[in-house]
Amino acid sequence: MTTNEQELKSLMTAGLDGDGAAYRRLLERLSPHLRSYYRGRLARAGRGASEAEDLLQEALLAIHTRRHTYDQAELFTPWMYAIARYKLIDYLRRINASRGDLPIENVDDLTARADHDGVESSIDLRRLMTRLPAKMQRAIQYVKLDGLSVAEAAHRSGMTESAVKISIHRGLKAMTAAIKAEDKS
Amino acid sequence: MRTDDLIAMLSTNVEAIDRRQVWRTQVRAFALGALVALGAGLVALGGRTDVGSNTALGFIAIKLIFAMTITALAILYLSRSARPAGSSRGSLAFVLLPFAGIVGLASISLANAPAARWQIMLMGDEWLECLLSIPIIAVVPFALVVWAVRQAAPTNLRRAGALAGLVAGGLSAAGYALHCTADSLPFVAIWYSGTIMLCTLAGAVLGPRLLRW
Repeated sequence: MTTNEQELKSLMTAGLDGDGAAYRRLLERLSPHLRSYYRGRLARAGRGASEAEDLLQEALLAIHTRRHTYDQAELFTPWMYAIARYKLIDYLRRINASRGDLPIENVDDLTARADHDGVESSIDLRRLMTRLPAKMQRAIQYVKLDGLSVAEAAHRSGMTESAVKISIHRGLKAMTAAIKAEDKS
Repeated sequence: MRTDDLIAMLSTNVEAIDRRQVWRTQVRAFALGALVALGAGLVALGGRTDVGSNTALGFIAIKLIFAMTITALAILYLSRSARPAGSSRGSLAFVLLPFAGIVGLASISLANAPAARWQIMLMGDEWLECLLSIPIIAVVPFALVVWAVRQAAPTNLRRAGALAGLVAGGLSAAGYALHCTADSLPFVAIWYSGTIMLCTLAGAVLGPRLLRW
């Protein structure tokens, strides 16, 4: 992935400056790599493609909510990989606490799939959102799903603009936490 | 949910990110932690009253330099180790330098003193107070630093925890130095170093629990 470093880093930098299109391209570029990484690692734990997709989406959420921790004096790829690996270890620890089954057939599944064809994850965005406080739900709905600007969302929900931004940030973090909680049960 | 849908959501209306956010949070925690430690030494325990003498001033200076050098080195390493990927790189050997320095100075001072004085030089009258005070004063700075480090998403939690403990121990020792009247290098080498290392150890043990995100 080292040849991609420069390109990924410039997409990340643009994303940190608020360039949504560059940021989207970054996440789209990362996904196949992360998917193949997680499928490979989870195969050893006897887990299949759907779990890998869950983990991939958790990693994307983590990369997003922690993007302020990227130091541009450093390389991008190791930063991203550190988060991906941290999420993997965290996930394996969680499922080890509650595992009894080891579905072997999933291992064969793996090579049959290209890394580009994502499957549906078990994560249900709408259901996760219902667990959030109403304020966070509204902020995420307006700005991240309906595509309203922060100013419009603030106007419509009667919140200040900074309250909308904070609600989105906290809401996405809380959703990541909720995914973890569901894995455990 | 399809990953494409998630990506579409995450990249809709992305906000520009403040580059200095992580560092600013940490600086705030360090500053507040230092204030708490100095307050504990000066107000709660009470500052030294014999600051008129040169010996007392000299020892305050030595203790402060020792504690602040440790703190500065620990902050340097922590600011890197607190972030993803920064965590596992490089050796931490440099943080041992101040400890080696004070032990060296303490040995020289012991070698130049009669053996009959060693007991009082090593133990002082306040070793127990020092043993208790530095870890206790370190609690609040440690909590503040842990809070700041969590925001930076560390991925090597034991290392980040140990460094957070070292920062807190260093700040606490600096605060305690304003109160402590045990003016002997061997005392500082044993009791200051020992308690700061104790804080570091506690940080390493607690890190994986407290720093998870």
